[in-house]
Amino acid sequence: MTPAQYLRCLEGIAWREALRFLHQRERFVAALVRPLVWLFIFAAGFRSVLGVSIIPPYETYVLYEVYITPGLIGMIQLFNGMQSSLAMVYDREMGSMKTLLVSPLPRWYLLVCKLLAGVLVSVFQVYAFLLIALLWEIEMPPVGYLAVLPALLLSGLMLGALGMLLSSAVRQLENFAGVMNFVIFPMFFASSTLYPLWKMKESSVLLYNICAFNPFTHAVELIRFALYGQLNVYSLVYVLGSTALFLGLAIYGYNPSKGLITRKAGAPA
Amino acid sequence: MPGTEPPPGASPASTGTRPDAEAPALAVEGVGHRFGAARVLEDVSFAIYPGEFAVLLGLNGAGKTTMFSLVTRFYDNREGRIAIFGLDVRDNPSRALARIGVVFQQPAIDLDLSVIQNLRYHASLHGMDRRTARLRIESELARLGMLERAHEKVRQLSGGLRRRVEIARALVHEPRLLLLDEPTVGLDIESRQAIVSHVRALCDERGMAVLWATHLIDEVTPDDQVIVLHRGKVRAFGGCAEVVRDAGAANVGEAFARLTEGTRP
Repeated sequence: MTPAQYLRCLEGIAWREALRFLHQRERFVAALVRPLVWLFIFAAGFRSVLGVSIIPPYETYVLYEVYITPGLIGMIQLFNGMQSSLAMVYDREMGSMKTLLVSPLPRWYLLVCKLLAGVLVSVFQVYAFLLIALLWEIEMPPVGYLAVLPALLLSGLMLGALGMLLSSAVRQLENFAGVMNFVIFPMFFASSTLYPLWKMKESSVLLYNICAFNPFTHAVELIRFALYGQLNVYSLVYVLGSTALFLGLAIYGYNPSKGLITRKAGAPA
Repeated sequence: MPGTEPPPGASPASTGTRPDAEAPALAVEGVGHRFGAARVLEDVSFAIYPGEFAVLLGLNGAGKTTMFSLVTRFYDNREGRIAIFGLDVRDNPSRALARIGVVFQQPAIDLDLSVIQNLRYHASLHGMDRRTARLRIESELARLGMLERAHEKVRQLSGGLRRRVEIARALVHEPRLLLLDEPTVGLDIESRQAIVSHVRALCDERGMAVLWATHLIDEVTPDDQVIVLHRGKVRAFGGCAEVVRDAGAANVGEAFARLTEGTRP
């Protein structure tokens, strides 16, 4: 297999993901409506209740809407990552996962391609969200719109890899609904999305520690700093490490000789 | 994937040895598999040579799909050896898979994409460049009389036509071994016949090896190789006439009934 063949494969998988995305307009609308509801209703309501003091990367007091925007971007990617993995469980039940896995290219590569394709879709969703936020006068410095791109790719990879790991471990779609509840909500709420961590520390040190441990917090912080043209090195390292861990375990899960699919009895016919 | 191809004729199958030194398209030697405590395959051995149409005959639950999952490396084969044209699927999964075309038992095709989009996706998974892919796709679709429907969504096609698309897809990368897992299930008689005769023609014209899993006796012809799989074990393997004779039966239906009777749970 030559590098050109590897590239063709990535292109094909990304192209299929894009086509599927275009066919599911409801998915796109849902992906946008969710964070916009938080932004327009929740944040507007809480604007007067919650005061956010000056913490990096902000250089001045910011409105609550501005504070939660990076977290809502993270939310888009979190949902997208979980939805891609939901699609993988569906694909496995429907058989199209087999179509992918009989490709002669290495399995880890196929999974990484699938992951990247999902990330590209999420990046598109994020920019659409940022555009609407801009109309709502939530404006980032111009450099932020460019600097956030690598951060989005990385955080998208991390959340997609987490979803893929879950999809390798979950046997059926019905079980997946539970995973959504046990993963998405705790990850979202126990993070720096809705409130800065120092504020969390005032109410509970334990909760603060959980939030600081949560990789989603670091994805959000990475995005937050990038939106202001800054790099949060600690978050970057944390997200890189988590991505490597999740991806490694997901590839292990899909490995025919070691992974979990071997143990899935299904209906041996 | 790194790996070295054994010289032609190396490691021949222990079963079904032929006078010529040609490597079998598919050699299965002493393969077993279990799901937890349940044993689904035990000491399965057979070989298929280029140009042969082999029918893997077994009732539902005989282990046919598990066998396919092992050959395509959806599961790892832990007992025994599986080789595609002399390439062990464990040591050389990439090169082995490149030589196989598969039609799965359950339809595995994107209903919302068009016929040609599905085939292009498959071609890219095999790393085919655009031009080659286009030519190959057109040629396979034309052969199945489906060229004019290339831009229709798969959802609009009947079950029989969807199956044809899946067969065309399995052939796009020009495999030398075609695996079909109960490809005619749920189809009407006309569609069934069209598909059977198409695959038989491929076997004759291109010298492809075909492994056709089914539980339908009437899909077997006297020239076929037959592997009777029952409850995870090979009950008979050989030319159709040989299997019928050894079972002391008058025809393949009777032979199949004899080989699988009295062993039901």
